[in-house]
Amino acid sequence: MAVIGDLAAQGVQMLVVLLLAPLLTGIVRKVKARLLRRRGASVLQPYRDLLRLLRKEAVLADNASWLFRVAPYLIFAATWVAAALVPTFASGLVFSWTADLIAIIAFLGSARFFLALAGMDVGTSFGGIGSSREVMFASLAEPAMLMITFTLALIAGSTQLATIAGFMASSEVGLRVSLGLALVALAMVAIAENGRIPIDNPATHLELTMVHEAMVLEYSGRHLALIELAASLKLLLYISLIACLFIPWGLARPGGGVPDMLIGGAIYLLKLTTGGVLLAFFETGIAKMRVFRVPEFLGAALMLGLLAALLRFVSRSF
Amino acid sequence: MPLIVALWCVASLLTISVFSVVAGRMRGGSAIVYGASLAISAVALAGALFQLLHDGTPPALTLPIGLPWLGSHFRIDALAAFFLVVVNLGGAATSLYALGYGRHEESPGRVLPFFPAFLAAMNLVVMADDVYTFLFSWELMSLTSWALVMAHHRNPDNARAGYIYLVMASFGTLALLLALGLLAGPMGGYGFAAIRATHPGMTLATLVLMLTILGAGSKAGLVPLHVWLPLAHPAAPSHVSALMSGVMTKVAIYGFIRIVFDLMGEPSWGASIAILTIGGITAAMGVLYALLERDIKRLLAYSTVENVGIIFIGLGLALAFKGAGMKWAAALALTAALFHVFNHSLFKSLLFFGSGAVMTATGERNMDRLGGLIHRMPRSSVAFLVGCAAISALPPLNGFVSEWLTFQAVLVSPDLPEWGLRFASLAVGALLALSAALAAACFVRAFGITFLGRPRAEGAAQAKETDRFSVAAMFLLAGLCLLAGILPGFAIDALSPVTRIMVGGQMPTQSALSWLTIVPIASSRSSYNGILVFVFILASASLTAFVIHRLASRAVRRSAAWDCGYPEPSALTQYSASSFAQPIRRVFGTVVFRARERVDMPPPGSTRPARLEVELHDLVWEGLYAPVVVAIGFAADRLNRLQFLTIRRYLSLVFAALVALLLVRALWQ
Repeated sequence: MAVIGDLAAQGVQMLVVLLLAPLLTGIVRKVKARLLRRRGASVLQPYRDLLRLLRKEAVLADNASWLFRVAPYLIFAATWVAAALVPTFASGLVFSWTADLIAIIAFLGSARFFLALAGMDVGTSFGGIGSSREVMFASLAEPAMLMITFTLALIAGSTQLATIAGFMASSEVGLRVSLGLALVALAMVAIAENGRIPIDNPATHLELTMVHEAMVLEYSGRHLALIELAASLKLLLYISLIACLFIPWGLARPGGGVPDMLIGGAIYLLKLTTGGVLLAFFETGIAKMRVFRVPEFLGAALMLGLLAALLRFVSRSF
Repeated sequence: MPLIVALWCVASLLTISVFSVVAGRMRGGSAIVYGASLAISAVALAGALFQLLHDGTPPALTLPIGLPWLGSHFRIDALAAFFLVVVNLGGAATSLYALGYGRHEESPGRVLPFFPAFLAAMNLVVMADDVYTFLFSWELMSLTSWALVMAHHRNPDNARAGYIYLVMASFGTLALLLALGLLAGPMGGYGFAAIRATHPGMTLATLVLMLTILGAGSKAGLVPLHVWLPLAHPAAPSHVSALMSGVMTKVAIYGFIRIVFDLMGEPSWGASIAILTIGGITAAMGVLYALLERDIKRLLAYSTVENVGIIFIGLGLALAFKGAGMKWAAALALTAALFHVFNHSLFKSLLFFGSGAVMTATGERNMDRLGGLIHRMPRSSVAFLVGCAAISALPPLNGFVSEWLTFQAVLVSPDLPEWGLRFASLAVGALLALSAALAAACFVRAFGITFLGRPRAEGAAQAKETDRFSVAAMFLLAGLCLLAGILPGFAIDALSPVTRIMVGGQMPTQSALSWLTIVPIASSRSSYNGILVFVFILASASLTAFVIHRLASRAVRRSAAWDCGYPEPSALTQYSASSFAQPIRRVFGTVVFRARERVDMPPPGSTRPARLEVELHDLVWEGLYAPVVVAIGFAADRLNRLQFLTIRRYLSLVFAALVALLLVRALWQ
């Protein structure tokens, strides 16, 4: 009985992230529109877009290979599994030991690997420019993320997200310099990884600065829908990650009952909305930067992460 | 018993080597030679696996050959058994591949005799149990591989590669000779058992360590001793490149582990800092070189340098933990390093096989003249893609598991007592993270430019799928990459006898854990389950595909590429290998390679094309090797005069030298 309950909770988690991801994107777009004094589309618009795309036929370029058709499913699956392993409303779900934070980062790396390959498949210059910039960003963002993981793992003594979240919610943690540095670095990485302003602009098309949109330029129909959904899931993943690591209060404990989980779910919705609104404010308040300024931005994140980890190596009290 | 089998295998390989001098001229001679090598390697592999898993007392044997008062000692302990598995698995896969690939060889007489001898020599290095046999086999391995590098010696690049390789290999053997000579001591206890019984002092140990890093490290490709590797590995025929990169570098790592972990006794913590630093620099530099390389085989060779760096990071951590008495952590780090040894031998051989298939099909090694091969070589491209994903450390493949274990080992390092070591491990952890991310970029580029897009030259447009032996060998290795990735627990358990004898500890037994999860230290600390990850990703991808095809749409229409409405018919407008690397060259290369770009724009109205010139400097070669080359050239010019003296002057020179030596001897007393 308990096993069924555990499995159900994990299944609910998978569905929750999938269903909430477009809503989060919708909220961010709505708030950005309101800040720009536009009325903006409904927060439900991403769902409608996805359904419309799913029903359309997929147009493939003449020389697109099988990889081009398989990649969206792999990208989506890897991102979905990663998002489902980050605690949202409850920590320590039944499959949470399958992969730790390092593995979750690697799942996102796999998704990016196939996305970059898909961008190169048709052999257009737009796809190539997007892929080459994406891997350049990733070559700095991924080590930065790993340094943040190091810091957290050294503080909590574990790379398991459930254990770290439990430790962060306990009273042992206190205020630490290294945690502050890690939070800043994580926010910077999250912005870069999701292609938000100032790194990339998710709303533009046909601009020389574009990265993500250039890679997926040849996609249409259901393939595009999956890639868009994967992008929304990735945004949700990063906000959940920041929430479960730095504001872990309200997470249902392992073994908590259904009421705990319901409370956890409500608090999670609140955190997600707050994260989306903050992101919208940040994006509205800042200008897009040149592509070759991005390495400096990400280099700063990497250095912050390294510094945070270094402080932990110097003394256990930082 | 396994030792007898292994020695018979070596003997038969050497016999085939002699036989193939004749067989090289026959029709079908190459099939006989490679078929026999395949069978013998398979037998040796079975014997080594039995010895590793059975874990009995190490069989030892002394043959009355070699030095008269010493004989030849052989012994297979767990470490040797593990490396015999790596050598013979690589040997078997390579022989299978060569059954097909070897048919395209223009000069089989230059390859066939040396191939089995090379395999035999690598087996002998691993089994040797005394200094003489070890160095003899080591030199045999160097010379046979040198002969294979020189197989196509009419190409001037290959001749230069062979020359540099020969110089570096001799230098490396000299360093090992000195290291082992110092360990054996003035009394000449040349058996490894005698060396193990004595404990060298601090100065001697440091000296031996430095010489071992020079000797074994130059063979493995540690920066800055790597210069020969990206020249020599690609110059050989592709199946030999696979053996050299996938297996011979591992034999060098075996030599390093044997001397530093086994023969030298207790390490000092300064030693582990040196190894860690060199490993971290090697990993980062290797992948940066690979990223800027356009020749696909040289790219793979540089990536070998990177992976050797990752392995040395694991070894350095293991040594540090061993010195601090943290046996469980040392076992974790050593397991990570050895598992990466195994994994790298799988995927690097696979990738070299793929590059060989591409070369046979297109006649090109330059990625800027390839493209679109996924349509023309569908099976090779799948196998190559698996290799690329594995080497980029993507879950659920095997490369991820060993890098994950290395990261777990780095995370234990704050418990080390010395400050210097802690900082070194953190810095190395950062370098490891950086090189892992750059490796993914490197292999997106390698696969994307070679196999995706549109063909950039006639050769790529006319390519045909390669033969079925080559495809079978590639899929064998790709399957093993997946298997080692989803069931890593069994591999870790198989390594525990090795860690027991090398560092005196072992990782917790993995295969008994529920769901085949791997837990390096404790389940609250970290765990990873490859098989569930594989099932989850596969299930959710197929579920999604099923649901969408059933409920939404499965219609597909083919059309011209969209490309924002401006599709460009010329394939040259695609991103090339150089342009793909441009952002990374700009970020990292300006410091590491002093990369400079010059754009020469024609004035308005002129029809002359614009030019972009990129200038790169290999600072290691220019800073370290070029001065030595100049100095040797200078000295040779000066000493040239001594070649044309009269007999009288030569005799007086000999006399003067004798007097000088006697004087030195007299003063020394």
